[in-house]
Amino acid sequence: MSSAELKGALSDFSLVTAIRSGDESAMAALYDRYSSLVYSIALRVLGDTGTAEDVLQEVFMQLWRNPGLFDSSRGNVAPWLAVISRNRAIDNLRRRKPETDIDDVVLSVEPEMAADAERAVVIQKVRGALEGMPSSQRVALEMAYFEGLTHTEIAAKTGEPLGTVKTRIRSGLLALRKVFA
Amino acid sequence: MSVHEQFAEDLALYALEALTAEQRDSLERHLHDCADCRRELEKLRGDMALLGLSASGPRPPQRSRQRLMDAISRERRQPIAAPSRRWWTAVPWVVAAALAVVVGLLWRDNQEQERRLVGLQSESKQQRIDLERARQIVSTLTATDALRVTLVAAKTPPQPQGKAIYVRDRANLIFLANNMPQLPAQKAYELWIIPQAGAPIPAGVFKPDTHGSATVVNPPIPTGVQAKAFAITVEPETGSSAPTSEPIMLGAGE
Repeated sequence: MSSAELKGALSDFSLVTAIRSGDESAMAALYDRYSSLVYSIALRVLGDTGTAEDVLQEVFMQLWRNPGLFDSSRGNVAPWLAVISRNRAIDNLRRRKPETDIDDVVLSVEPEMAADAERAVVIQKVRGALEGMPSSQRVALEMAYFEGLTHTEIAAKTGEPLGTVKTRIRSGLLALRKVFA
Repeated sequence: MSVHEQFAEDLALYALEALTAEQRDSLERHLHDCADCRRELEKLRGDMALLGLSASGPRPPQRSRQRLMDAISRERRQPIAAPSRRWWTAVPWVVAAALAVVVGLLWRDNQEQERRLVGLQSESKQQRIDLERARQIVSTLTATDALRVTLVAAKTPPQPQGKAIYVRDRANLIFLANNMPQLPAQKAYELWIIPQAGAPIPAGVFKPDTHGSATVVNPPIPTGVQAKAFAITVEPETGSSAPTSEPIMLGAGE
């Protein structure tokens, strides 16, 4: 087994620990594991491969420069990277400075998704939940998440009352949580 | 879950970074004091992560990997000293080169130390928060001035039991419940402080786990309320501002 393959078999926790001590091959292994996730989200938000690649680079460079930003005691790398990537892509889209410090992004998520197979199951279930949602709810949720629109902007765009849009966004997120409850 | 309903929707918008600066500041002030809402925010970010995963698919081009690895290597590159022709003419260069290497090593060491320091600062910040929460909990559990009240079921079996530990002057309240009956759909239990005068004060909404156990830790309540009793009612899962049903559990207070 090569060094790269050995690194590829390590847990997220071990990789982040190795990155903390400046191990470049551990960074490469983490990139191989999660670059597709980060890039997919950035591309979906930005719709442009070049800018999505910039976000991909920025997210991993931030982790390299400051691996302490990820608190491994609080869960897996995948969901944390997903949130960071989405927020950075939206900042990029809206040409604004980041609103949240990365080290303030603490999250809690029910399903395990450290392994590729676990993530595949999660992705399938989430897509199923999205398909099962009323389209007005899915549209509001996706506009808020992938287009970075505020509830006011969504209300103006869809002609729905502001309160309805706010409720749809929240209940849409809760519906995803419910799939794994 | 005992999130304050008035903040529930804003919490989702906050997680999505869709609030105005003013709305954000107001919510952050509440988050500072409300552990339940902080926990809900963490869960909402978890929900966001799930939604992000739904976009999974395209792989980045190979050049992105190379670009990252090049950037990483560049950040760790050391200065290299130039060679010289003859040994006597080389002396100043050798000294300069040695100095450059030393400076390079020091710079690299400094970078490494800085990186570790930032990591440690981040860990330390979280530990301070955790420690403060733990300190508050232990202090409340062990306070000599804590009011300890055991609540029992209004009707007998299966003997639900609740224990409220309340420090009036600090507005600290810990409530532990056991053997709580499972709830109907979309309902939750709500804890109330019945003050000496005035209407019941909401003190946390909770749902028991599969064993019927539940805990409410430091719900947001006003300071200095003299508690005549504590009560539990069944309410909509979003909580009520005033009881909408008869208490199923009661315990006398001060």
